[in-house]
Amino acid sequence: MFATAIIVFREVFEAALLIGIIAAATQRVPGRNRWLAAGVAAGLAGSALVAASTSAIAEMASGLGQEIFNASVLGFAVLMLAWHNIWMASHSATLAANASAVGSAIRDGRRECSVLFIVVGLAVLREGSETVLFLYGVFTAGDGSALSMLSGGLIGAAIGVATGYAVYAGLLSIPLRWLFAATGALVLLLAAGMASQAARFLIQADLLPSLVSPLWDASALLSQRSVVGTLLHSLVGYEDRPAGMQLLFYLAAITTIGLGMKWAGKNKEIR
Amino acid sequence: MKILLCFCLCLPLTLFAAENDYLLVLQDHRFQPSELVVPAGQKIKLSIENRDATPEEFESYELNREKVVAGKSTITIFVGPLSPGRYPFFGEFNERTARGALIAK
Repeated sequence: MFATAIIVFREVFEAALLIGIIAAATQRVPGRNRWLAAGVAAGLAGSALVAASTSAIAEMASGLGQEIFNASVLGFAVLMLAWHNIWMASHSATLAANASAVGSAIRDGRRECSVLFIVVGLAVLREGSETVLFLYGVFTAGDGSALSMLSGGLIGAAIGVATGYAVYAGLLSIPLRWLFAATGALVLLLAAGMASQAARFLIQADLLPSLVSPLWDASALLSQRSVVGTLLHSLVGYEDRPAGMQLLFYLAAITTIGLGMKWAGKNKEIR
Repeated sequence: MKILLCFCLCLPLTLFAAENDYLLVLQDHRFQPSELVVPAGQKIKLSIENRDATPEEFESYELNREKVVAGKSTITIFVGPLSPGRYPFFGEFNERTARGALIAK
C-alpha cells in the first residue's frame, strides 16, 4: 500500500505542482477557476483514453509511438507555457493594479484562459495516463492486495493534491508585485525542464543523438531518487545524469522564452 | 553552429550503425535474464517483451530511461554508448520483483 501511495503521489504531485504555480500566477485573470477545472477534467478524460490505447500508441511509428507522443505532449506544453509567460510579462502590471475591468485585458484574458486550459490538461494527461495504467494493472492483478493498493493510490493522490495546494497557498502569501516575478521564473524553469524531458524521449527513440551521455554524473552528490532530487526534477528539471542534448534543449528554452518575456515586458507601455 | 554541424555529421552514423539487438522478457513481474551483458561503447537496441497481462513501466535512473510496456506486448528502446559498469533497471509498477541490470563490458 505504501509503495502504491508513493508511485501515485509522484505522478499526481508533478501535475499538482504545475497547476498550483499556474493558479497562483493567474489569480487576477477573470474566469480562471472554471478554465482550470475544465483543464483538469479534460486531462483526466484524456488520461483514461491514452491509457486505454497504450498498445496502439506504442505500436505507431514502428514501436516508437510512445516516445513521439510524450515528446509532442511535452513540446506542446512548453509552447503553451512560453505563451503564458510572455502574456503574463506584458500584462502583470495591469493585473497587479487590479484593472481587470479594462476591456483589452479581458479580451486577451479569454485567450490566456484557453492557454491555461491546454497547459493544465496536458499536465494532467501526461502524469494521469501513467497513474491510470498503474492502477489498472493493480486492479486486474486480482490478488487480495488490490483493495489495499487502491486505497494507497487514493492516499497518494490526496497527498499530491494537498502538496500542490500548499505550493499555491505559499505563493499567494507573496506580495502581488513579487508574485508575478516569482511565478514567471518558476514557469520558465518548468518549461525548460519539460524541453529537456522531450529531448530525452527523442534520444531514447534514437531520433536525436545524445551528444555525450551522460554529460555528468551527479548522482553521488544529489541523487534523482532522493526527496530533494525528485522535487528539483519536477520543479526545475534536475537530472543527475543528463545527456548533452538535454542541456542544449534546456538552455534553448530558457533563452528563447526569457528573451520573449523581456521583449513583452518592455513593450507593455505601448500596447 | 558547431553543434548543428556535429549533429548533421553524426546523423548518418546513427542511421547506419550496426544493430546491437538484445531482448529482455518480463514474466510474472520478473525480468529474464535479470542480468544482461552488453558491449560497452556501442549503441544498443533493447527490446522488452511483456508476457504478463498487466502493464509495466521499464525504468532506470542509471540509464536515464523510462517507458511503459503494455500487457502482452513488446517495446524497443535505445541505450548507450555506455561506459563499462553496472546499470540497474526496474519495473516501476512491480518494483519488488521486477529488478535487473545491464552489465556493460
